[in-house]
Amino acid sequence: MSHPLPPDTGELPLAPGQRLLESSRKELSPEALAEIQAIASRYPDRMAATLPALHIAQREFGFVSLAAMKAVAKALGLPEGHVFGVATFYTMYQKKPVGQYHFQVCTNISCALNGAAPLLQKLCARLGVEAGGPPSADGKWSVEEVECLAGCGTAPCVQVNHDVYDEFVDEKMLEEMIAACQRGEYRPWAH
Amino acid sequence: MAAIRTKPDRHLYTFPGFGSEKFPNLMLRGAGDLDNWPRRVYEQKHEGYLGMRKALKMDPSAVIEEVKTSGIRGRGGAGFPAGLKWSFMPKDTPERKFTRYLVCNADEGEPGTFKDRVIMEYNPHQLIEGMVIAGWAMQCQLGFVYVRGEFLWLIEKMEAALQEARDAGYLGKDILGTGWNFDILMHRGAGAYICGEETALLNSLEGRRGEPRVKPPFPAAKGAFGQPSTINNVETLAAVAPILRMGGAAYANLGRPKNTGTRIFGVSGHVNRPGVFELPLGTPLDFIVNECAGGVRGGKKAKAIIPGGSSCPMFDAKDFDCPMDFDSVRDRGSMAGSGGVIVMDEDTCIVQATLRLIRFYAHESCGQCTPCREGCNWMQMILQRIEDGQGRLEDLDLLAQLTPRIGLRTLCPLGDAACGPMESALKKFRDEFEHHITHGTCLAKGPGLLARASAH
Repeated sequence: MSHPLPPDTGELPLAPGQRLLESSRKELSPEALAEIQAIASRYPDRMAATLPALHIAQREFGFVSLAAMKAVAKALGLPEGHVFGVATFYTMYQKKPVGQYHFQVCTNISCALNGAAPLLQKLCARLGVEAGGPPSADGKWSVEEVECLAGCGTAPCVQVNHDVYDEFVDEKMLEEMIAACQRGEYRPWAH
Repeated sequence: MAAIRTKPDRHLYTFPGFGSEKFPNLMLRGAGDLDNWPRRVYEQKHEGYLGMRKALKMDPSAVIEEVKTSGIRGRGGAGFPAGLKWSFMPKDTPERKFTRYLVCNADEGEPGTFKDRVIMEYNPHQLIEGMVIAGWAMQCQLGFVYVRGEFLWLIEKMEAALQEARDAGYLGKDILGTGWNFDILMHRGAGAYICGEETALLNSLEGRRGEPRVKPPFPAAKGAFGQPSTINNVETLAAVAPILRMGGAAYANLGRPKNTGTRIFGVSGHVNRPGVFELPLGTPLDFIVNECAGGVRGGKKAKAIIPGGSSCPMFDAKDFDCPMDFDSVRDRGSMAGSGGVIVMDEDTCIVQATLRLIRFYAHESCGQCTPCREGCNWMQMILQRIEDGQGRLEDLDLLAQLTPRIGLRTLCPLGDAACGPMESALKKFRDEFEHHITHGTCLAKGPGLLARASAH
C-alpha cells in the first residue's frame, strides 16, 4: 500500500507512556489469510471484515502488533491507517504481549460492590504481576482490570482468556482457577 | 473453536409465582437449563417458531401493524416504540428497489445489565425467530447480530443455532415457500461500550472505529453499508416471537397502558439473590428488589438504587414504590434504561461509587465530541481529588456547572449517561461529598470500591 506509516521502530507513541510493540512475526499464515478472505466475502463490503480479521491476527501473533495491523491491511487491501485506527480504538485488541493465561477482572460498579477491588489486588499479589502491566517473567500470567463483562448478577466476574468464568469469584475460587490453568484445563491465550 | 459450553450459570431466574397468569414467562422459558437451546426443544416445549409461521402467512405491513398493536417499546434503553421504528423503513417502489438490513444489538455493555446473554444462552432460537419475523415485516435481505467480543462462547452457540435454523429452512433461500430470502450473520465486537449506540454499532459493523454518526440521516434512511437499516435490542426482537404467537392485543394487555408487555430486569449489587427476572412493566421496584431478589443483603437498608443500568440517575430509598415502567421512572427523574437494577446498601460510599461510574464513562468516551471527552475526564479528576481528601467545597458547584455543559451537547447519549449518576448523586447525597471535603474521611463504613489506593 502507498499509505505511509511512521518508521517501524517500536518507538511510535500511542499515548503518554504507551508504545506499540513489535513481534518477531511479520506475516499471517496461509490458513489465516484464507479465513479472512472467507469472512470478507460474507459481507456487502470488505471493510466490514476488519474487526474479525484483527481477532484472527491477534490469535496468530499473540497480540496486535504493528506488523499484525499491516498484515491485516494487506490481506484486506485496506489503508494501513484505517486498520491502525480500528485496532487502537478497541480494547480487546491487546497492543502488547499478554501472558499465556490472561486474567481480566471486572471492577465496574456491580463487581466493585461485591469486592472486586480487593480481589484484583490479591490476584496481582498472588501472581506477582501488576494490573495492566507486562506478563510475569515466565510469560505465564498477566492481569488486566476491565470494564463490565455483563456478569453483574454473579459478581465479581473474572474472565480468563476467551472464556468467561462468571461465578461468584472469591479467593478460594481464584486459587481453583489458577490451579486449573496450571493443569492446562483452560485454553491458553491465542488458541 | 470450543464446543458449546457445558458449565452452568449460577444466576437466579425465577421467583415464587413466576410462570403464572400474573407473571407470564415469555422470554425466559427453560432458562437455567443448558440443554434448552436446540431447535427441537424450542419447538416441542416452548411453542417455538409458531409466531414465525403465522407471520409468514401475513402481509408484511400487517406484521408491522401487529407489533404496533402490541405497543412494545424498545428494550435497549431509549424505549422507542418498535412497531413505529419498523414502519420508518422505506418500501420498494416500481422505480426504486432497496436493500434493507436488520441489525440486532447484542453489545450489552451497560454496567448492571446481563439479560441479553440469558436469551442467547438458553433461547437462541427465540431471537432467531424474532429476527425472521422482523426481517419479513420489513422485507430485509440480511440480518446481523452484533455481539460483544467477550461473548465468544455465545457466538459459537448462536452459530450452531443458526445452522439448525438453516437446515430447517427457516433461514436461507425461499423461506417456507414465500420466495423470500433472508440470512443472519454473527459479527463479533472488540470491547467498546460505545458500540451499543446504534450508529456507532453500524460503524463498527462496517469495520470502522465505533464512533457515533451525525443524525440525520437516521439508520432507517442510511444505515449499515449505506442502506436502510433497523437496529433493535436482543430482548425487543426476542419478544416479537411471543407477540406474533399470542397476538398484539393480548400482549398489550400485559403491563400498563403505553408500557406494555414484560421485560427482563437484572438485579445486582447488595442483594441476597441477584438474578434476572421477567416481570410485567409497571411492577413496583419494591417487589423486584425485596420479593424477587430477596432484599438487601445482611438486613441492611438500601441507600441508592440505580433503576436501569449505570447511565440512569440514582434513586434513593424513598423511591421504592416507583412502578418500573418507562414513563413512571422518567417522571421520577430517572430512566428505565436497560432494566439493570443495581442496589447499594447503607454502607456504600457514594463518592467512590460515583467516581467508579464516571471513570467508566471517561474510559469509554469515544473522543469524538469535546464536551464528553473532556468533560468526563474532568469529572473524574475532580471526583478523584475529592476522594483523595484534597477536594474543595467549590468543586461541588464546579461539578454541578459541568454536567449541563455535557448533557445534550454531544452526538450520542454517552455524555448524558455520564451526567445522570453525577447529577443525582450530588443532589441526593451532597452531604457525603461535603463530609469527604471537610473531614477528608468517609461517612460510609463499607469496604473500598476502587482498585487504586485512596483515602479510605
